[in-house]
Amino acid sequence: MSDPGLQPERTTLAWRRTSIGALAVAVLAARAVLTAPGVGPVPGALLATAALLGWVGLLVLGRRRAAALRAGRPPVAGRTLPLAALIIVGYAVLGTVLVLVCLG
Amino acid sequence: MLRQWFDPEETRRVGNTPDYRFSLANERTFLAWIRTGLALVAGGLAAAQFLPPLPLPYLREVIAVGLLALGAAVAVRAVAHWTRTERAMRLGTDLPTSRFPLVLAAVIGAGATLLIVAVLIQAARGEPAP
Repeated sequence: MSDPGLQPERTTLAWRRTSIGALAVAVLAARAVLTAPGVGPVPGALLATAALLGWVGLLVLGRRRAAALRAGRPPVAGRTLPLAALIIVGYAVLGTVLVLVCLG
Repeated sequence: MLRQWFDPEETRRVGNTPDYRFSLANERTFLAWIRTGLALVAGGLAAAQFLPPLPLPYLREVIAVGLLALGAAVAVRAVAHWTRTERAMRLGTDLPTSRFPLVLAAVIGAGATLLIVAVLIQAARGEPAP
């Protein structure tokens, strides 16, 4: 495809920046779970794993999107964008639950 | 309405496919909003674990939960805005306008003002700043 603005490459890089941001959030969330008083070791380990899996999920979404763009398929697939937003909501819910658990 | 937000295939059935470069620009705008949401969530998670207790009771918790809720709202709204923009481009209508950025800026400004007041109260009591 003719591409004077390197649009697919810029979009791939935007996805990459987003996964880097998600990694920072995943580490913060995992640390919050592991240091929160009142969260047992087993639920703590499970929640910390879930926090890191959120980052993996966003990474996979971005990678699949990059592969589609390289293959010359520009339309964004199915539920990619709602899933990305859902991962952010998941981190927000996890953080809110932790704050409330530490209070009570 | 909800169905429209979360089922992009539905959006794809109306109007004509625009120049793919416009759709990719819309996608990058969506991702910029997602990063904004991630930054707010990161701020909430950081406030929850690194802020010392503040002079007003529960202020730390209110800040943390407020930032987390804002982050989630930004992420959900990013999907809605992407969908509305994509529809407008397919139908050849004006791009959607939104008060959301204004509201977001006002809320963040109000939160920052609240924190400044809290720090000043602490300073006036002669306690060291947190």
